[in-house]
Amino acid sequence: MALKGKLQDIRLTQFLNLVKLARKTGCLSLRSSQGNAILFFREGKLVHAALTKNANEEPGGDLYTLLVRSGKVQASQIDAVFPNGASADDKQLGMRLINAGLVSRNDILRIVRKNMLDVVYETLTWEEGAFEFQPNATPPPERLAVPITLDNIILEGDRHREEMVELKEDLPSLDITLRFAEGPRANLVNINLSPDEWRVISFINPRHSVADIARYSGLSEFETRRIVHKLLKNGLVEVAGKATVQEAAAGNSHSRSRAARTTATKRQQSRPAGRRPAMKPKRPDVEKSVVNRLIKFIRGL
Amino acid sequence: MQTVKMVITGPFAAGKTEFIQTISEIAVVATERKITDFTKAIKDNTTVAMDFGRITVDDDLVLYLFGTPGQKRFDFMWEILSEGMLGFIVLVDSTRSETFKEARQIIDIFRTFSNTPFVVAANKQDLEDAWPPEDLRIMLDLEPHIKVLPCVATDRESVKTVLLELLYSILETYEDDEEEQFEADTETN
Ligand SMILES: Nc1nc2c(ncn2[C@@H]2O[C@H](COP(=O)(O)OP(=O)(O)OP(=O)(O)O)[C@@H](O)[C@H]2O)c(=O)[nH]1
Ligand SMILES: [Mg+2]
Repeated sequence: MALKGKLQDIRLTQFLNLVKLARKTGCLSLRSSQGNAILFFREGKLVHAALTKNANEEPGGDLYTLLVRSGKVQASQIDAVFPNGASADDKQLGMRLINAGLVSRNDILRIVRKNMLDVVYETLTWEEGAFEFQPNATPPPERLAVPITLDNIILEGDRHREEMVELKEDLPSLDITLRFAEGPRANLVNINLSPDEWRVISFINPRHSVADIARYSGLSEFETRRIVHKLLKNGLVEVAGKATVQEAAAGNSHSRSRAARTTATKRQQSRPAGRRPAMKPKRPDVEKSVVNRLIKFIRGL
Repeated sequence: MQTVKMVITGPFAAGKTEFIQTISEIAVVATERKITDFTKAIKDNTTVAMDFGRITVDDDLVLYLFGTPGQKRFDFMWEILSEGMLGFIVLVDSTRSETFKEARQIIDIFRTFSNTPFVVAANKQDLEDAWPPEDLRIMLDLEPHIKVLPCVATDRESVKTVLLELLYSILETYEDDEEEQFEADTETN
């Protein structure tokens, strides 16, 4: 018998407590307007989790996607050592990559665990939707199962949820771009930043959205949101604008035919690459006049 | 507003923080930690994550200087920091020959991240036992076109010169482009 209900009627942390105390095994599926998620438990421990923020999609959660998204390895690197990596069994893929020296066992465990926590904490913020617990269901055999005890999630969950709700209020969209605040601020002197905060800072650029920063830095959206919120609060950065129209247009490209898209891509590629076949960019997109302005200014310092 | 980024790298205690501090208009935002291990003998604080300095040119142009953490165990930050840099400066403590090999490795690693120009600054030239820049070039086995500049990170004029030399090298890449463009244009016409 499946346990079913509405998210607005229960506290998810309470349900997790039930899973823990009754040492349940099974799959909890969540469907809300904010996305879909699946959480698998074995004897009261979380063993696998996946999420999609697209309500029309099924959650995936495969190792290939997680690794690429974490930034730890690039898709091209995986494809080079394991051409069918994207559709492979997670365990097989993991072994190949460890043997090829691309990642360590610990890297994989860390990335998988982080994703599981991200999924749970994200779903805790869903205030409406449907849930269904299918007893005795086990994760798909091709996925990795990494046990995590629920104690911390249950303890931290409510506080975490409140913080997330608050952060979402202050920073509703991850589509905004950021820049460093203009004009020196006295309070900079006493800012003490953690390595994760530096990670975020190093990606701040009016061309990167907060969502991009989360992706590049390998931090969870929650962490990135929290750090960006702090940086905005202490005045180190400010909102530069919305993510560029270009990206929005690229996102819409699926409505065009495949052929049209291919020619568009080709045209785009041939323009800058025509002259210089170099693989690495020689320099970022900075005008010569900017370099001249820098020179003039520093000479006069 | 446009932001331009340069990275200051080099081995532990080469003078990266000092260099940025000397030229930055803001107090360098750094996560300094007390050193507990053997490196203590050299100095008391090290940069855990990175230094961050700023030079505001005008209302719409700002130059950011990012100093990398010196200790090897933070080298995961390097690639992140080098993203989008216009150029980089490799500082070397000219008095400590035991760090030269590492300086060379750092140069090689940064070159895999980016083809942007860089200069080597032979720092601490005010100290008596500093190796001269040209000797350093040989020790680091650097090609003749790479600039090895004398530097005193505590001296503003010296820091300015190093930054300017890097900018001149960057400027040359545009001229190369123009030459190539000219060649390409004359070929097709
Ligand atoms: N005499 C002299 N001392 C210098 C010079 N540059 C730096 N120092 C000193 O060298 C020591 C190390 O300088 P830092 O700027 O902390 O070096 P760093 O490269 O930032 O070190 P890490 O961040 O720990 O890798 C400090 O005591 C500086 O004051 C210089 O040009 N001359
Ligand atoms: Mg330092």
